Amino acid sequence: MSQQSEMHLFAPGHSGCPGCAPSTVLIHVVDTLGKDIIVVNATGCMEITSSQYPHSAWRVPYIHSLFENAPAVASGISAALKAKGNHHTKVVVIAGDGSTYDIAFGSLSGMLERGDDVIYCCYDNELYANTGVQKSGATPIGAATTTSQAGKVHHGKEKERKPIVEIAAAHNIPYAASASIAFVADFQAKLKKAAQISGSKFITVNAPCALGAGFDGSISMKVARLAVQSRMWFLFEYENGFFKLNFNPKVAKPVAEYMQLQKRFRHLTPEEIEKIQKLCDHHYIEMLERQKASDAKKIVFDAVTQPPSTPPASPSAPAAPKT
Amino acid sequence: MIKTTNGATALAETAKNCEPEVVAGYPITPTTHVVEEMNRYYANGETKSFIAVESEFSALSALIGGAAAGARTFTATGSQGLLLMHEVLFCSSGMRLPIVMVVGNRSVSAPLSIWNDEQDSVSQRDTGWIQLYAKNNQEASDALIQAYFIAEKTFIPVMVCVDGHFLTHTTEQVDIPSKDEIKRFLPPFKPMVTLDPDQPLSMGVYAAPAYYQEFRMDLHSDLEKSAAVISDAGKRFGQVFGRSYGLVEEYHVKDAKEVLVGLGSAMENVKAAVDEMRKQGKKVGALHVRVLRPFPREELRRILSGKHVGVIDRALSPGAQPPLFTEIVEALQGTSSTVSSFFGALGGRTLKIQESKQLFEKMSKGKALKEWITVTVEKNEAEIETC
Ligand SMILES: Cc1ncc(C[n+]2csc(CCOP(=O)(O)OP(=O)(O)O)c2C)c(N)n1
Ligand code: SF4
Ligand SMILES: [Mg+2]
Repeated sequence: MSQQSEMHLFAPGHSGCPGCAPSTVLIHVVDTLGKDIIVVNATGCMEITSSQYPHSAWRVPYIHSLFENAPAVASGISAALKAKGNHHTKVVVIAGDGSTYDIAFGSLSGMLERGDDVIYCCYDNELYANTGVQKSGATPIGAATTTSQAGKVHHGKEKERKPIVEIAAAHNIPYAASASIAFVADFQAKLKKAAQISGSKFITVNAPCALGAGFDGSISMKVARLAVQSRMWFLFEYENGFFKLNFNPKVAKPVAEYMQLQKRFRHLTPEEIEKIQKLCDHHYIEMLERQKASDAKKIVFDAVTQPPSTPPASPSAPAAPKT
Repeated sequence: MIKTTNGATALAETAKNCEPEVVAGYPITPTTHVVEEMNRYYANGETKSFIAVESEFSALSALIGGAAAGARTFTATGSQGLLLMHEVLFCSSGMRLPIVMVVGNRSVSAPLSIWNDEQDSVSQRDTGWIQLYAKNNQEASDALIQAYFIAEKTFIPVMVCVDGHFLTHTTEQVDIPSKDEIKRFLPPFKPMVTLDPDQPLSMGVYAAPAYYQEFRMDLHSDLEKSAAVISDAGKRFGQVFGRSYGLVEEYHVKDAKEVLVGLGSAMENVKAAVDEMRKQGKKVGALHVRVLRPFPREELRRILSGKHVGVIDRALSPGAQPPLFTEIVEALQGTSSTVSSFFGALGGRTLKIQESKQLFEKMSKGKALKEWITVTVEKNEAEIETC
């Protein structure tokens, strides 16, 4: 074991596939957030590959319970820490997109609505990897999985993925963000920001599954980068209700370039790819509009909430009336 | 048509040939493959629907909707998925909806295990569903066709329980009847009531204390009466396809002194053990409880009276006696039988021929035993599992 790997809080020797991007997510999450955390993991590839008895790859406290309840388990831990007067240990959920978008969606929504003090990190490989590649609510339109097969009549997933970050943000939580494993500095900055904020924080990080999407593990980061460069995936955040697009190159790569690397899109006709290209363009315009609207809102917000620049006439402000 | 295929694929094809109109599916080992196959049929236009739900809770709930709207329905699950359906199981039987489901039996969390035992479905025995168990994939496929017949006659939902991996992932020859052949046995589904604007009615109403118990009494007595329909289905099936079924399957039981009784695929090994021991002149037998609900109490009492009965439970009731054992003891009350309890073979361990023979040997001493089946398996630590 190299010295460097010994320093990671997620140990090497887990049984993830070669080039597994989600495994890299785990390393960044625990290394960025440090030792004073408790990890709550949902059933999925990252649980199976990291915690087979009598081994564990985790060098921080770790709990796995079920596929559909990680947010509620995290709420319980957070409440227990509070009850015991522990105000420093951070509770971190690490769950797949199947858990996050689908089966634990209600549990997640409850946690976000309560505003429990938890950092929720979804490693978003856009499918159920662990059960052998089925669609999730995160699977992009067009992609073939074993439950959105490309057949004679139906041609891969027929609907777009859920806008999960927007949904999380709609719970009025202080922080919700979309990241990518290919943009590590951005991802780390988002984790650090989340760690500074109290309440519920939500980050989903795109991390493609080589096995599930059908590409060689050696190009996982390339595929992840192309997702962002082709506007199939956006990097953005909502902080206290304000939107920020974190990556905005003026020229995008064609989605076809991203798709052609992956078997899951092989069945698509040029017309179908063109349709998806249009959707991506459309979403990009939405992002720009959102940025504009948020900037305008910020100007009004600052005007309304910032203290007047001239100091008050009297040095002692009048006491607030007692009610 | 006779096909060489694994259990999951055989069950999916059988289900498709029963022509369900509403299919919902959610992946979980060991029935993921059933769900995937159903999606393949759908993608190719061979079935009418596939609802890719976001949980098993929604899978069964979608079938409540489908069946209430008058459709034949299908899904498959097991383990955590079946446990997540627990509330919906009670609701669907209480509403008398003839839903049919395949259960790929798998152990339950915690600790997480994707391997086989029967804790998941045995734990659902009080949900008001009919439960059929299969020893092999031919029986499983046949049971699925009969399940529709039974459900649609009794308006009680049916689960067909097949051992995960040992059956779902094992390749065998299975004679899978075609759609047309199935039609010779299974009449079209005629719902008693449906959600129909021309005849509006309310389903899933609540019942105050003056009414509630009567609903439950009806369900209870109809489940008991369903035994006759199940027997009839097994006989008719034999007339059409040449393979008949009863509530239980006896194997050299008549003159046996010791009889091992249990559910599912392990009973194939017990039967093989019986063959070997019979060759040595030992009077042993096997009995497969094909129908766990309704519990075939009278048959068991008639067949097993006076014998030394060894009950195999691959499911526990922690802190109490194992479930099947308890029920068989009750069934044999007042007879001169001796009843032994063997429980365990959990989480991927099963009873092999050798161990079955050992159980018979132990029973031959005559004393009632209560002990764990502790089959050891090789440690396989480097394996990635799909759950
Ligand atoms: C109630 C329940 N249903 C189904 C499963 C089977 N199951 C385990 S992991 C998984 C998919 C996980 O998908 P995701 O959350 O995206 O994680 P990934 O495998 O992609 O890492 C499924 C369906 C389960 N464990 N529990
Ligand atoms: S299947 Fe995908 S997510 Fe799972 S370990 Fe392999 S690459 Fe990683
Ligand atoms: Mg996933």
